[in-house]
Amino acid sequence: MLQPMICLPQPDAAIIARKAAILAGLRATLAPADVIDDDLLVRAYETDALTAYRQRPLAVVLPHDTAQVAAVLRFAHQEGVKVVPRGAGTSLSGGAVPAADAIVVGMGRFNRILEIDYADRCVVAQSGVTNLAISQAVAERGFYYAPDPSSQIACTIGGNVAENSGGVHCLKYGLTTHNVLGIEVVTPEGEVLRLGGRYLDAGQLDLLGLMIGSEGLLGIVTEVTVRILSKPQTARAVLIGFSTATGASACVADVIAAGIIPAGLEMMDGPAIRAAEAFVQAGYPLDVDAILIVELDGPSAEVDELITRVHAIANRHGATSCRISADETERLRFWAGRKAAFPAMGRISADYLCMDGSIPRRQLAPVLQEIAQLSMRHGLRVANVFHAGDGNLHPLILYDANIPGELDRAEAFGADILRLCVDVGGVLTGEHGVGIEKRDLMTYQFGPTDLEVQHRIKQVFDPQLRFNPGKVFPTLSRCSEQGRERVHAGATRHPELPRF
Amino acid sequence: MALCASNEAELVELLRRPGPAFELVAGGTKRGIGRPVEAATLDLSALSGIVDYQPGELVLTARPATALTQIEALLATQRQRLAFEPPLATVSDGAGCQTLGGVMMANSSGSRRVTAGSARDHFIGLRAVNGRGEAFVGGGRVVKNVTGFDLPKALAGSWGTLAVLTEITVRVVPAAEFECTLLFAVGSAGAAVTLCSQALGSMYEVSSAGFVPGRGAALRLEGLATSVRARHTGLLSTLNQAPVAVLDGPDSTAFWQQLGAAAALADFPVIWRLSVPPGQTARILDEIEPEEFHLDWGGGLIWIGARQVDGRHVRGALRGGHATLVKAPLAERRVASVFEPQAPAVAAVAARLKAAFDPDNRLNPGRMN
Repeated sequence: MLQPMICLPQPDAAIIARKAAILAGLRATLAPADVIDDDLLVRAYETDALTAYRQRPLAVVLPHDTAQVAAVLRFAHQEGVKVVPRGAGTSLSGGAVPAADAIVVGMGRFNRILEIDYADRCVVAQSGVTNLAISQAVAERGFYYAPDPSSQIACTIGGNVAENSGGVHCLKYGLTTHNVLGIEVVTPEGEVLRLGGRYLDAGQLDLLGLMIGSEGLLGIVTEVTVRILSKPQTARAVLIGFSTATGASACVADVIAAGIIPAGLEMMDGPAIRAAEAFVQAGYPLDVDAILIVELDGPSAEVDELITRVHAIANRHGATSCRISADETERLRFWAGRKAAFPAMGRISADYLCMDGSIPRRQLAPVLQEIAQLSMRHGLRVANVFHAGDGNLHPLILYDANIPGELDRAEAFGADILRLCVDVGGVLTGEHGVGIEKRDLMTYQFGPTDLEVQHRIKQVFDPQLRFNPGKVFPTLSRCSEQGRERVHAGATRHPELPRF
Repeated sequence: MALCASNEAELVELLRRPGPAFELVAGGTKRGIGRPVEAATLDLSALSGIVDYQPGELVLTARPATALTQIEALLATQRQRLAFEPPLATVSDGAGCQTLGGVMMANSSGSRRVTAGSARDHFIGLRAVNGRGEAFVGGGRVVKNVTGFDLPKALAGSWGTLAVLTEITVRVVPAAEFECTLLFAVGSAGAAVTLCSQALGSMYEVSSAGFVPGRGAALRLEGLATSVRARHTGLLSTLNQAPVAVLDGPDSTAFWQQLGAAAALADFPVIWRLSVPPGQTARILDEIEPEEFHLDWGGGLIWIGARQVDGRHVRGALRGGHATLVKAPLAERRVASVFEPQAPAVAAVAARLKAAFDPDNRLNPGRMN
């Protein structure tokens, strides 16, 4: 067993010893079939998409409605048992990694869309409904839900609320927090709160805003009201090649400075381009060191004019090629390589870590150069695929978990990248969340008082600190011996998901 | 005599030791909203000035007492603006200078809020001192950030009851090259809301939608001139209705500034501001029968001018949403619930949040009661 670099909390032996009684209590609260402790079945819940860390929970419960969630949480509160909320388990930061002395509350059965209101342009859904299912449900009338995290075919809207998920289009259309009008949430003590609703700006203190992005530390979301938008009239993508990442970075800055907010503005570097092209043949130029995909949407007249402007800016920065999607098929092909970039890494590397720092745009070129330096220093390859328009980096660190010490080196490399992001005026995470992955780096971005202020908010909702233990806040508690395991090629969780 | 604080260190010094409670004042325009604060005045007007502005990053950092006009003038030099269109002075504001801090503490947004988001949506980073005298930061200076709890959200709209802001970072956006407003004759508030919903749900990117009885329903288009022209044509064919008037450029801007500030209701002693599901607006108006009203946010925002407070009558008409008493005589504000009463479980959490920031109730005590 490798010595874990990130510690999972030491389980409470007294709770583990009471497992039988706790299970009996849960089975008295829910139907027995909705309480899972069979070893084989529990294994499906032992990790999320941060697969290097895993731990079997005490039990998994699958409630059917809000009253059952509240009953489970009241029981856990009475018994002093920890709780780990779980949507689809697609978190890349370990947000849903269980604890050995905790009950996992799986929200998979909250899978109904409750109401679609086209006049007021909103959808009310149970929290286990997938992100994409909301867009699909309103597609027939030409509407969609804007935030589109790469895992959208699997990730749940409740998980999106917990993580304040973004996606390719959040540069123009905002994050989850900008698109959620209201939620129903059950507190760690089992109280049901309704925050916001089918109207704007909930009034009073903004508990809704605080709950969004709280990473499952403050409660379990059971229902979400989102606003939906009318689909743009047209969307076209421009694929631009550059001989240097510096040229591409300068082009990004100038597009934004020219007052253009593209629907998506993505960059891939040389290693990412070549891996993606070999994987899906998207037609990317292979003689370049960087490409940009610029998507413009809106009325045709506007899109045409903006494409002309973007083209001119790209030429000023030495673009070596510039292709404009002629039709929807070609637009989707431009995106296919980008969306396949993460799985493509699986073909050139046994394993990879995906980082998620966010930086000021003007720092793109120097930070990419410094990441290249760090790559040499740590002796590990890196590919960069990211949301350039909002400065949200996704360096993919390539390693092989079967080579002793490589995971440690990959994690050390990743931590160096995130510290670099903070050093240049950025932050540790743009959209994946802190989870367990970046928890111990929080002290690099925040001072002790800043963290204390945040921790008091945690205690407002969860005074006993039972909810999603070991996440977000650096912990001084002793490390568990268990937790991190080798995960190897082919064992990637959710391999079916595109990742961007 | 008012105490002053001109920097973070002075605030820490003042609040770290046990002492009196304070009413926080900078521009002073919002003193007449909320329960009257019975406490010594803490003058924050020296906490002013632009700290950093990076047009290419679409981010601006300023101290809270910086005048909104100063910020907007600076942004205009780079053809940028605040997307949420904060009103310079709403009908409920008193005399004084509208500051960025006042805008954020009131979560004050104008007509474009319905599509571009609210003040709190654009508030991405802060420095502040809480009631314990602790200086802290929250959020950041990059537009995409999920690191830690979203403190700017917690503080936006908190009316100075949690902490004293010392620095505010906001997201800014490119200004539109052109705008126009189409005015349509409609027979009722219900018909106006239907028209607004149809327009906001269309692909023509209507950015604001409202209704002023006597003038009609108003729809606003903004963006590149070529785009606005194309959308204008498309929208009219979708609505199958011709406008009675079209306001271009500055006339359009002025129309929405007036509406966002509710300027037409200035003569009323009592003003309510209701945020509701737009589909319920017509029913709510039927029940309340206000002397005068107008609608913004596609019908989801109702401004009501009245002679009497009559909170039970107004709030009794709501099925979801909230009613805020934004203007009323001092004596009435002492006894009325200015903000929408919360469910007991929600109110309990809000009270604990207040205590986490300001356990001794030293910042704007009672204002949100």
